Amino acid sequence: MGKLKILVVDDEPGICSGVKRILSNFTVTYPFMEENIEFEVDDVLTGEEAWDIITTKPPDILLLDNKLPGISGVEILEKITKEHINALVIMITSHASIDIAVKATANGAFDFVPKPFTPQELKSSVENIAKHIYLKKMTKQMKVEGKQIRFQFLSVLSHELKAPINAIEGYLKIIKGKQIGDNLEDYIPMIDRSLARINGMRNLIMDLLDLTHIEAGKKKRELKPVNITKTAQIAIDTIEPLAIQMDIKIHLHADNDFIITADPEEIEIIFNNLLSNAVKYNKKGGSVDCYISEEPNSIRISVSDTGIGMEQEDIPKLFKEFVRLKNEKTRNITGTGLGLSIVKDIVQLYNGSIEVKSKLDQGTTFSLSLHK
Amino acid sequence: MKDKNKKTILIADDDYDYLFQMKMKVESFGYHVVTAESQKEAEKIIQTLKPDLAIFDLMMETDDSGFILSYRMKKLYPDVPIIIATGVNAEAGYSFSVNSEEDRKWIKADLYLDKGIREEQLHKEITKLLNIKDTKNKS
Repeated sequence: MGKLKILVVDDEPGICSGVKRILSNFTVTYPFMEENIEFEVDDVLTGEEAWDIITTKPPDILLLDNKLPGISGVEILEKITKEHINALVIMITSHASIDIAVKATANGAFDFVPKPFTPQELKSSVENIAKHIYLKKMTKQMKVEGKQIRFQFLSVLSHELKAPINAIEGYLKIIKGKQIGDNLEDYIPMIDRSLARINGMRNLIMDLLDLTHIEAGKKKRELKPVNITKTAQIAIDTIEPLAIQMDIKIHLHADNDFIITADPEEIEIIFNNLLSNAVKYNKKGGSVDCYISEEPNSIRISVSDTGIGMEQEDIPKLFKEFVRLKNEKTRNITGTGLGLSIVKDIVQLYNGSIEVKSKLDQGTTFSLSLHK
Repeated sequence: MKDKNKKTILIADDDYDYLFQMKMKVESFGYHVVTAESQKEAEKIIQTLKPDLAIFDLMMETDDSGFILSYRMKKLYPDVPIIIATGVNAEAGYSFSVNSEEDRKWIKADLYLDKGIREEQLHKEITKLLNIKDTKNKS
């Protein structure tokens, strides 16, 4: 992406030269990016001079002091927003003028740095903005190239991947700094939480692979007669060890070998997700009941548990990507928030439907039908 | 035991680990910390407790839980500063969906921080906001 142009507008020459010095050797790198982002810094002392440059050769980034002798920083910001000028603004505000900073953000400033700022603070603000510009260019390009990449999905994904990394990093720092003393035992819960988060990330990656298989549709679906009853039994056998640990009994109720024309892998994913949810969100000593039956044009499957259940208002959220119902009861259960959205996608491939009934503290039932 | 002179900070975040670590950090700065694991829980808490400052995660039950919370909180206690901490920043491609003017008008937070903020800077920002609040209350 090469160089980004930065214009510094500040009536204190010291600030201008300081910013120039700080950013002169500063580069920003970003995963997937071929070249580093560098910066070319110009400066002016008044708002009027700045406006001339903005209207003739707009910079990519504007570092704007609010207190200027003539036209003020906030006024320039307003004009930029009004005239839809394509420059992102970082406001430089004097210490403690949070009001101005908030007003500036409300008026379209991308960020603000309070004076006096350290080189690090300036750099991190500029880094954020540079990445933002890069991503914007990239999305634009993707649209131009007609790539149907779901950008929203990617950004949520990056959030989901970053959260566990932050959590684990936080614990490691606490451990490294021996922040709660020298007794190793005291740190075990933090290590356990870190391991749980790592496990969650691993599951997320597995689910992502499933999801891309289905959504990309590139993998050839292999439709052939599938014995649903047998597939259910295999899934139950797989989840059994976890169920035994939690003292949960799984029962399969199917009085026949039901056959459907389907992709075996997809049917496996359905059972694996529903059954593992029914076990994970169950209570010690509970049970899981899986019913399979046949109707003239469809196969009906239902999976009921005697688990923690959920509030009615939470049900509609379940099938959205990355949604996990977070509360005290689900805290120690690892999940990716992708499983049910995958199941829903698959069910749609079979012109089917899926519904949920749940009672808090009593259990949940997922019922679905697949067109034969 | 709560020290009467300690300021109280309310932290709401649905990531249990992040919440735990923030509590540790903020307590080490010398504040009393009350935590909530959801928007709902935080709303319940502020009915009976007026903290000196609040730090809210943006995405909890919904994508804008943090905004809704700060709106409700400012209605109850206009003078309590609010920091919105978010992992979704410019880097993730969308700047917390405050793109429309309408959204901006009702967002009441005093400061937005990236969740990856360094400990010293977090400390600085908290002190700064608390100082502004104290000066305002005195005058």
